[in-house]
This record gives sequence, C-alpha cells and structure tokens, in this order.
Amino acid sequence: MSNAIERKQTAASGETLVDVQDLKKYYGGNGFFAPPPVKAVDTVNFEIKRGETFGLVGESGSGKSTLGRTLVRLEQATDGSVSFDGTDITELSGSELKKWRSNAQMVFQDPESSLNDRMTVGEIIREPLDAHGWKTKSERRERVTELLSEVGLREEHYFRYPHQFSGGQRQRIGIARALALEPEFIVLDEPVSALDVSVQAKIITLLEDLQEEFDLTYLFIAHDLSVVRHICDRVAVMYLGKIMEIGDTEELYEDPQNPYTQALLSAIPRPDPTVTIDRITLPGTPPSPRDPPQGCQFSTRCPAKIRPEAYADVPDETWDAVEQLREVIRERSRMSLSATDQMRKRLGRFSRFDDIDETVEDLFEELSVPQAVQDHVQHAVELVKDGEPEEARTYLRDEFGGVCDTTRPDHHQVSASGRESYCHRHDAEYDDVTAVLSKYSDGA
Amino acid sequence: MAEEPVLSVSNLQTVFHTDKETIRAVDGISFDVHEGETVGIVGESGSGKSVTARSIMGIVESPGEVLPGSSINFNGRELTELSDTEYEQLRGSGIGMVFQDPQQSLNPVYTIGNQIREALRINQGLRGAEAREEAINLLEDVAIPDAARRLDEYPHEFSGGMRQRAVIAMMLACDPEFLICDEPTTALDVTIQAQILELLDGLQEERNLSILFITHDMGVIAEIADRVNVMYAGQIIESAPVEDLFANPKHPYTEGLLGAIPGEQADGESLRTIEGDVPTPNEEATYCRFAPRCPEAFDACDAVAPAHVSVGEDPDHTAACLLYPEEQTEEERVSHHRSLGAKSRERPAGDVNE
Repeated sequence: MSNAIERKQTAASGETLVDVQDLKKYYGGNGFFAPPPVKAVDTVNFEIKRGETFGLVGESGSGKSTLGRTLVRLEQATDGSVSFDGTDITELSGSELKKWRSNAQMVFQDPESSLNDRMTVGEIIREPLDAHGWKTKSERRERVTELLSEVGLREEHYFRYPHQFSGGQRQRIGIARALALEPEFIVLDEPVSALDVSVQAKIITLLEDLQEEFDLTYLFIAHDLSVVRHICDRVAVMYLGKIMEIGDTEELYEDPQNPYTQALLSAIPRPDPTVTIDRITLPGTPPSPRDPPQGCQFSTRCPAKIRPEAYADVPDETWDAVEQLREVIRERSRMSLSATDQMRKRLGRFSRFDDIDETVEDLFEELSVPQAVQDHVQHAVELVKDGEPEEARTYLRDEFGGVCDTTRPDHHQVSASGRESYCHRHDAEYDDVTAVLSKYSDGA
Repeated sequence: MAEEPVLSVSNLQTVFHTDKETIRAVDGISFDVHEGETVGIVGESGSGKSVTARSIMGIVESPGEVLPGSSINFNGRELTELSDTEYEQLRGSGIGMVFQDPQQSLNPVYTIGNQIREALRINQGLRGAEAREEAINLLEDVAIPDAARRLDEYPHEFSGGMRQRAVIAMMLACDPEFLICDEPTTALDVTIQAQILELLDGLQEERNLSILFITHDMGVIAEIADRVNVMYAGQIIESAPVEDLFANPKHPYTEGLLGAIPGEQADGESLRTIEGDVPTPNEEATYCRFAPRCPEAFDACDAVAPAHVSVGEDPDHTAACLLYPEEQTEEERVSHHRSLGAKSRERPAGDVNE
C-alpha cells in the first residue's frame, strides 16, 4: 500500500504532459447525402500527467483505440485539441509534425501483423532511426543492439526474421521499435491481449521496468480490466465514444460510481471459485455509434436508468418488458427495407412487420399491464405494422423516456480526489446509483 | 461418482506428422466427464487443449492422427473405432461443439433461420412451418429477442455475442447431451461473456447437459467448471475439483500460472513470471516437460516421467510431479513414480487417474 501512495504522489507532482480538450473523431457524414457520421470519439476531456500510466478501458467499439491513435496523430481529429507539452499537435504539419513524432510512439496489439515479415528484426527496430536520420549508420546499429538487450532479446537476434519468434518475443520487438527514438510518451494499444498469461506477465513487467528506467509516460489501452488495475495509476472507462468514469485506478475499482463501471467490473470472472459476485448482467449489445441514443450513451442498457415520474408505480417486470420492446423496435428501425419490401409498402401490401404481435405477446404475457401503458404499446405496434418503426421508436421514447433518454448527462465529481462520473443519478434530485443497483441485484 | 461417466477419455494420444518430426500435441491424457457435470481444461496456447476437443469430435485431419491405444468412450461406445458416417451421426445428435469464432461456424450467405432449419431437418426431420416454429423456440431459448424477425437475418447482421448465441441454438437443434465448448467466450467482451456464461449455465440445468469447457482464462474456469484439468505441453499435469485447485494448487506450473494473473496481487507488487517458453512436445515424455522452467526441479526431473499421484486431502486431486507424495523422501518419490510409469506403459488404459 505504501507503494501505492508513493506512486500517487509522483503522479500528483508530475505536470501535465498531454491535455485533451473536447476531442472528437467522426468518420463519414460529410456531404448532403451522406448518412450520419460514426461518432467514434465524442467530446472527450482528460489529461495525462508526466510519468504516469493512464489506462483506457472499454468494450470493442467504445472508441478507445481510435482515441489512442488520434493522440499520436495516426488519425486526424475532427474537432478539439490535444496539447502535448503545451503544443497543440492537431495543428502540426510538415517538418514540425515529423519532429514531434519521434516523441510519441505506439505499440500495437497484434505482434503478427505489426511487424514486416520481410525485414530482419534489426531493420525493423532501426527503421524509425533511419527515417529520422538519427546520427550515423554505425551508431544506429549500436543503438539497435542496445535496444535489443533493453527489451530482453539477444544481439544475435538482429539478423533473424519475425516469424522465427514467439508472440511474446515479437511484442518485445515492437516495444524496442517504439523505444528507438527515446520518446517521452508511448501509446500501448492492447499490448498483451494476444498473449498467454505467463507471457503477458513478462511483458507487463518489462513495460514497468522500462517506464522506470526511461521516465516514460504511457497511455495503456486494454479491454482486460485486471491488467489495467495492475499497471495503471489513473483510468478512464469508455462507452460508445464517451468517458463514463475517470479517476484514480484503485479508488475506481474499489468503489465504482457509474452504473456502467459497476456492471463492467462485476462481469469480470474472478480466478477464485469461492467468491460469489453480485453480477449485474447487462441486457443486449451496445448500440451502433452511427445512431447513438439521444440521451445518455448507456441509456439503452443501463440497469439504473431513471424512470419518468408518471410511471413510477408500474411493476418492475412490466417496465423491463417495456424497455425490451423499445430495444426490439430500435433494432427494427435499424433494419433497412429490401427493394421488394419498399415496393410492397408502396402498393399497400406490406406484411414484413406483422409478426410484431407475437413478440409483444411473448413480452407481456402473464404480466399486469396498466391501461395507460397498454394503450401506448398498442399505438406503437400499429405504427410498426404500418411500416414505420422509426416513428414507433420516437413515440415510445417520448412516452416512456425519462431524463436518461432525452438529455446528455454531465460529468459529476464523485470523490475528493477528483474522480468524475457521467450519469444523471449524481444529481441530488435522483436516488444514488449504488442504492438503486443493490436493489436490482437483490431482485435478480 | 458411482455411476458410469458420460465420456471417458483414457491415454489419448494425438500426433501430428511433419517432415522433420512428430509433434505429440496430446500425449497420453485421461479424464472423465459425468452426467450434468462441467469439466474444464485450462492451459496456454500450444498445450493441446483444442486438439483434445477435436480428437473427441473426430475432426483431427491429416497430418494429424489419433494413435492406436487411445480410447474415447462415450456412453459405452468406443469413438476411436467409429466409421466416418457413424461419427457424422454422433456429431449430429450426441455431441455438440461450440468454437471460439462464431463467424466460422456460420455460413455468411444463408440466413440464421436457414441454418437452424437445416440442422432441424437433418437431425429431427422437421420441415416447413414446423421447423420454423421450432427454430423460433430455439432462438428464444438462447435469449435472442424478437426471434421471429431475427430468423430472416444474415450472420453479418448479428453482433458477436448474438452470433455465438445463434451457434449455440444451432447446436441445440441437434439435441445433444454432451457439449464441447472450445474458448466460446474468448472473442467476446466481458459483459457479453457474462451473458453467454449465464446462458450456458441455464441450458445445462434445463437439459442436464454435460460440458467439456476449454479455455485459457482462469477466471472463467473458476466460474463455470466443477472439475479442472490443467494441461501443459500435451499432458494433464494437475487435476482437481475446482475449489481445491484454486485453494491449493500443487503443481509448480499451476502455481506459476495462478501467480501470473494480474489483479490478484497487492498494489505495487509485481507479477510472478514463469521463466522460458512452452516447449514443443516432439519426443516421448521420459522426463517432466516442465522441468526446464520449474523453480523446484531437481536432477531426477530430467530422467523420470512423473505419473499422477494423489496430492491433496481430496483423493480426486492429482498432480504429475516428482515432488509428491509429499510425505515421502526424494528417493522414495522417484522410485514410486518410476514404478508407476512402468506400469502405465504396460497397461495404458485407465489407471492414470485412479
């Protein structure tokens, strides 16, 4: 524990190295007829202190890799700024950009595809040095040998090819290449995800040693939450392009505040069969980033979603069924109609959505459904049958949606150390997340 | 455990012939799976866990070969002696398998409904509206919402977790009593993994399935398995009921593996690592394959092949390591293992686990 305090202090005394302000990265969506853009990263704010390891966790599609790539200018930001040591790097170009690049490097997830199979290991590691015209040829070679031993490989590996190495060794090669130009900042994009645990442990240890030796600052991207807990000082949890919770790692893992963080942490299988976890199993899958919810990004799956006042008395099971129906209709509005379907619709002989009755029956059978709810459901079903699932979706949102469905939450500070969480529940007028979720896990 | 096991594997040896050498991917392993039980096989890549699954399913392809002397007994039938047609029938009805990548188990040019109906037609002779009805039921069983609609969609319109559900539904169409899951959740996110594990748990209870669950993830195995076999370089090196294995790991490899999992250490403590790499098992095991990396290895480890001996209070907890039985002196232990090894060579079937 003393170690943890020590680490925290160095992090606190370190000044800001990377400062990300309102960063956005959208794909597509330009032009009049283009479909709406994919919002891979949607207004993100955070800073990374010099010498710390900052973690970025999230499920696939949450935008964590895109964010990492944007920070080292492998992607051009759509909007917002990334200031690195005071310089806004999203504005850099030409020789300035090239000069800056030597200071920020990246290690990729897949050691199979991130190394060129036709180059020897020595050439691979030397390439950044060559590209930046680093000193003389013989000095470069010497530097490569030095790097090889730095990452736990041997000098004679210089003339071998990547296929002669195991996954762990290949990852070491990738790390040596990233270190070549003595950068201050390295983005590690899932560097150990493709490795076995015993190999993973070695690479993590190597990364920790290198950080200490060269005063490196890491952005560590991972979906494996236990790895992040081990290596990171601070961590941000991402969902659908947004940071849901951000703060000190240990604190966040011990006492998560955001409903998504709580669900995510409860989903990790513990390597201990005697532990029974109150697991919060999230329903469904994340929505498409092309068509995110209007309110909170997490609202379609959130177990602690705020219910509108008018429906406070509806039994929980019935309300769950309503939410499920909304999910079904969301999915249907996503499906595009085939050409024949469109033709049929025009001819008034449209039948593709008739089976909605069966689904509704399955959902609501054996439940007591108040008349008010019934009427609205019926109306939505009619809309679906008319071939207008989009309208049914809007109708249900207007009728059954609470603040979570309609309004984006703010980041609320949730602890003395400055941890922030993105959720309406932190507003004083609503019940606290933990209280709501404990009710939920008891009920389940 | 008096009743007969559903599946009994003994001295299974699967080798792959290459120009240079013969790789013993699975080298003489034995284990049982009882009715309604989940048995886990855990190990790193190259340990032979997937080849074990493929051997049981009879889908080891040339240059691979299940050696004579191996025995896979499923409900009293010897699978190693089945003809290709008989095996095909068995795969259709008795044993189902779920692979890591659902994308590869689904045909991208047919709708999900089409593929489930095909399985229903072949295995249960259902056709037309009847088949459609049953396919909808199956999709509802695996908790896919709006099943009737989803039936007409193609695999690419499903998310990863949904695809794995669809594959499970397809397999349930064959109404198997035994399920082999080969890393079914490895490609999925943790929240989706939680959903799939919950689903498998429910299905097992409902249908009294016996499951062989293969994974590299110690967390998943702790959660789902009743009994665990730890594999290393083609051999089972430790076998125990799940609580016992995690509370008292005996084999140095198991200990190392558990110590390497991040998140379990106090903050600031570094991870335990195992020196060296997993060897390729290309010669007969006349020594302990873990010895070169073992922190506790002694001279005899390079000369004597360890046999499974009971290592815990539970007689079902066994490990193949010369450090056990603990109460004996080194010399006694070595000669004990030597004699067990000789015996198992003469009479290969069955006695390793007893």
